[in-house]
Amino acid sequence: MYQFNVYRIGPEIKLGSVDISFTNASLFMVISSLAILIIFNLGAKKKTLIPDKLQLLSELSYSFVAKMISDTAGSKAKPYFSFIFSLFMFVLFCNMFGMIPYAFTVTSHIIVTFVLAAFIFIGVTIIGFMKHGLGYLKLFVPSGVPMVLLPLIVVIEIISYLSRPISLSVRLFANMMAGHTMMKVFGGFVISLGIVGGWLPLSFSVALTGLEILVAFLQAYVFAILTCIYLNDALNLHH
Amino acid sequence: MLKKIVILLFVTCFACFNTVFAAESGGMPQLNPEFWISQIFWLIITFGILFIVLTKVILPKISDNLETRKSQILENIETADKQKEESQKKIDEYEKIILDSKLKAKSYFNEAREKILDDINKKRAALEKDLDEEINEVEKELSDLKNKSGEKINKIAAETSAELIKELIGEEVNSSSIVAIVEDQSKINRERKDV
Repeated sequence: MYQFNVYRIGPEIKLGSVDISFTNASLFMVISSLAILIIFNLGAKKKTLIPDKLQLLSELSYSFVAKMISDTAGSKAKPYFSFIFSLFMFVLFCNMFGMIPYAFTVTSHIIVTFVLAAFIFIGVTIIGFMKHGLGYLKLFVPSGVPMVLLPLIVVIEIISYLSRPISLSVRLFANMMAGHTMMKVFGGFVISLGIVGGWLPLSFSVALTGLEILVAFLQAYVFAILTCIYLNDALNLHH
Repeated sequence: MLKKIVILLFVTCFACFNTVFAAESGGMPQLNPEFWISQIFWLIITFGILFIVLTKVILPKISDNLETRKSQILENIETADKQKEESQKKIDEYEKIILDSKLKAKSYFNEAREKILDDINKKRAALEKDLDEEINEVEKELSDLKNKSGEKINKIAAETSAELIKELIGEEVNSSSIVAIVEDQSKINRERKDV
């Protein structure tokens, strides 16, 4: 579990009595953000009719996220495009940087994913109440349900709504942590089985690396698309 | 339903990992709150900067790029359509010109042919007329000759017969009677020929 350890880099920084030192987690957050900014800035710099590689990459990502948002949350979600784009890119880059050996995976820490999820949850709830007022509470009362079942359904709906930040954060965190732990376990098997029996777990490890890269993308996508779905609930009250 | 099962699974995993690795390194590093505040702080800083720069600087540029490309492509398609129409017009004109010139050439050809035919006919008619005249003249001459030849022959015959008689008998016979006899003979001959 050494790979999940957070340690201080440089001097201890204190804000009042709170420790906000620069750690390896902070380092990888900075690296991911910088990588995103550099790549997309280079991609947006040149304005050619026929895009080069970086421009194509940035434009494809742009239209990919735009399509994702318009598919799940409709045209009303357009003002939130840049937030969802940044969120998707941040999670994706953190996941992907985590795949580099000896790198630190920012999203494998529950506190990071939970802060993101809680921010989304609070933001979506505020948007919902601002758009619909108290009518937003109709979200907990699905239409077409028999009166007898209604109290039960409402309770379940409220619990499911309140568990959104937990499910969202734990999904990402657990996926990243489980994948990295599994790779570590197989790596350990390679060492313990030696040159004779170590080839099988090694091949597993190789396959798992591919799977983990897929998972890294998929979890970022799921994170972004669930955000879109929550936003959709807040913007278009369908229930 | 599925979501809840997944959550439950994760929570149990969480607990299991926690107990399993508790002995090894004093619990999961993720649950050690020592650097939580620092992580939250740096997350807010980095994500905030990322969000602001992306929103204010980069994403408008990309969307601008996409928009200009879209409009330019549409414009290009429009101009291409226009040019296509124009070229179609030009092609039509060209074909019309070619058709006209073909018709003109045909009419010129026909005219020339008719002219030549006319010429030929005229010349032939003139030639035929000339020929006819000449033939007529020759025929006339021939018939004249024919008519005159009878008389001449008779005359010659009368003279020769008079000469002959003179030689034979030694005296002159009345020339008019000889002429009468010769004419009778020639008449008889002619009649014989005709029959």
